[in-house]
Amino acid sequence: MPVLKVEHVTKRFGGLEALKDVTFSVHEQQIKALIGPNGAGKSTMFNLIAGADKPSEGSISFRAHDLVGRPAHAVSRLGVGRTFQHSRLFDDLSVLENVMVGRYAKTTSGVVTGVLRLPRHSREERQTEEAAARALRRVSLADKAAELAGNLPVGERHLLEIARALATEPDLLLLDEPAAGLNEEETARLSTYVRKMRDDGITVLLVEHDMGFVMDISDEVVVLDYGRKIAEGPPLMIQSNEDVIRAYLGEEI
Amino acid sequence: MTHRGPEAPELTSASSAGRMGDGAAGGTGSPPAVPGAPGRGHVSGGSGGTPGRAFARRNAGFVVLAVVVLCLPLFVSDIYYLSILAFMATRFIVVIGLNLLMAQAGQISLGHAAFVGLGAYGSAILVTKAGFNPWVAMVVAAALSAAVAVVIGIPTLRLKGHYLAMATLGFGEIVLILMIQLKGLTNGTDGITGVPPLTIGGLDFSEPKAYHFLVWGVALVVFLLAQNLTSSRVGRSLRALRRSEIAAESLGVNTSYRKVQVFALSAVLASIAGSFDAHYIQFVSPDQFSITFSIILVTSVVVGGFRSVWGALWGTMVVVILPEVVKRFNEDAVNLVFGLMLILLMIFTPIRFGWLDGLRKRLRRGGGAPSTPPDGGRKRGG
Repeated sequence: MPVLKVEHVTKRFGGLEALKDVTFSVHEQQIKALIGPNGAGKSTMFNLIAGADKPSEGSISFRAHDLVGRPAHAVSRLGVGRTFQHSRLFDDLSVLENVMVGRYAKTTSGVVTGVLRLPRHSREERQTEEAAARALRRVSLADKAAELAGNLPVGERHLLEIARALATEPDLLLLDEPAAGLNEEETARLSTYVRKMRDDGITVLLVEHDMGFVMDISDEVVVLDYGRKIAEGPPLMIQSNEDVIRAYLGEEI
Repeated sequence: MTHRGPEAPELTSASSAGRMGDGAAGGTGSPPAVPGAPGRGHVSGGSGGTPGRAFARRNAGFVVLAVVVLCLPLFVSDIYYLSILAFMATRFIVVIGLNLLMAQAGQISLGHAAFVGLGAYGSAILVTKAGFNPWVAMVVAAALSAAVAVVIGIPTLRLKGHYLAMATLGFGEIVLILMIQLKGLTNGTDGITGVPPLTIGGLDFSEPKAYHFLVWGVALVVFLLAQNLTSSRVGRSLRALRRSEIAAESLGVNTSYRKVQVFALSAVLASIAGSFDAHYIQFVSPDQFSITFSIILVTSVVVGGFRSVWGALWGTMVVVILPEVVKRFNEDAVNLVFGLMLILLMIFTPIRFGWLDGLRKRLRRGGGAPSTPPDGGRKRGG
């Protein structure tokens, strides 16, 4: 039983077909990569899964839930976390607060309990802070907790996005170019974290341009080109696939 | 000369508002060296290690403010100064609400005078024409304002930047036209006279000092609660969605719901302030609620800075006191000074604030897509 099922998804922006009849699925505790040249439709696919946009045709389901038409916050609450291609941290919040926002769906205090500082709110805030601190430790950012997120260097921004998404306790995590802008050492660190997530029971779907990273970490790869799926399979098979090589036109895979 | 005493410290605090704005702009947010100004309360609340200490510090500032404000009648007995202080209190209440909407949630309302007007007219009409108890009328008017805010907010808060500004501007204008045209209810441009002063038992709040304690008491409570809000789970989600709605949504925040909620909250505060004013001046007329007033309210928030609700205090002080000072030299110079102040603020304050941010970026690009989202309009890529 796949965790995520994408079936015959087409997305049109005006006259442009960004995705054409794409079908694939992601299985429990799998690390699956979505690759393809620029403009292949990878980020569009992420936005469709995460509820930030709606497919023109086709269906997307997460476990037993149909995701199409659900707003992004509802998709998140079902257990789908995500990070963004261009990091979208809350730059003027502290590193810790960024992760605390990640606990939003797991907490319930509303305006009244917050405004009146009822004991329930204080208790919940304490738990939120502890959970956030734990999430920061998981990506070795605990010592930066008090810093403004906007002051972090690129590599740590990626890690913070991941910590923030993990704080929502997702079953499925969508990582949009997590290795972009990272040096070799940081990429290696990232690989460790992603594998650890998988071992902790999280299914991972990632978009990435760093082929070394993708081939190293993925159980399976889906290749998109001009919005079509041109190949799907384990990394070794993808590397020798002629359509894929043609799509990348000489680029080393 | 009795009134010179309290005026001096006010002006000192007012000048500190400039530094407050600088602090917000600099991003490092070093608290200004002014007693009762622990500036970035909510930020340190989240980042300063022990939330208990940050809470105590925030409350220390609040206590100083409360003592100063509530002791003022000991030194001020001049009716003119007392009434300025009273207006400052109700203005403060409105600006707190607008601070929550603009500085915390990153939305803009150029029609907030309309909500003050709804409160003022609601109270005036319900009390003088329907025989309501003033306190009941105040609550009914506030509930009505909240309802209007929800109805207006659901479609308009989907709009971004200029469009939201235009929509709220239009709303303000519509309410103004209704105040003038619904003559049966509002007496048109003549306005409604004879709004009775507020009373509790035998206590008559038309007496300036009694009124001072009443409005400042309310304002201080609102201020404290608003500060609590910003450092709460909900407040954090507002600051998050200001920066990036799509990221906040990805963490489970129903951003539309929160935006409408804070809009309604700011409308309720505006409405309550309007009710107080109506009972104090005992008169309402449409010209009190013009677009100019909406702009003055926005100016107050901008002048005070966006870092915390304290900005609402500094902004209110500057915007209420400055015209009184300028007026002594030249009555006509007031608008000129305001305009100049706004222009200088726009140019020199790199405000971390949705629509202004978007505006600046657009200006730098020399005009791009007008629907740029407040989080900088980054491309989604594909």
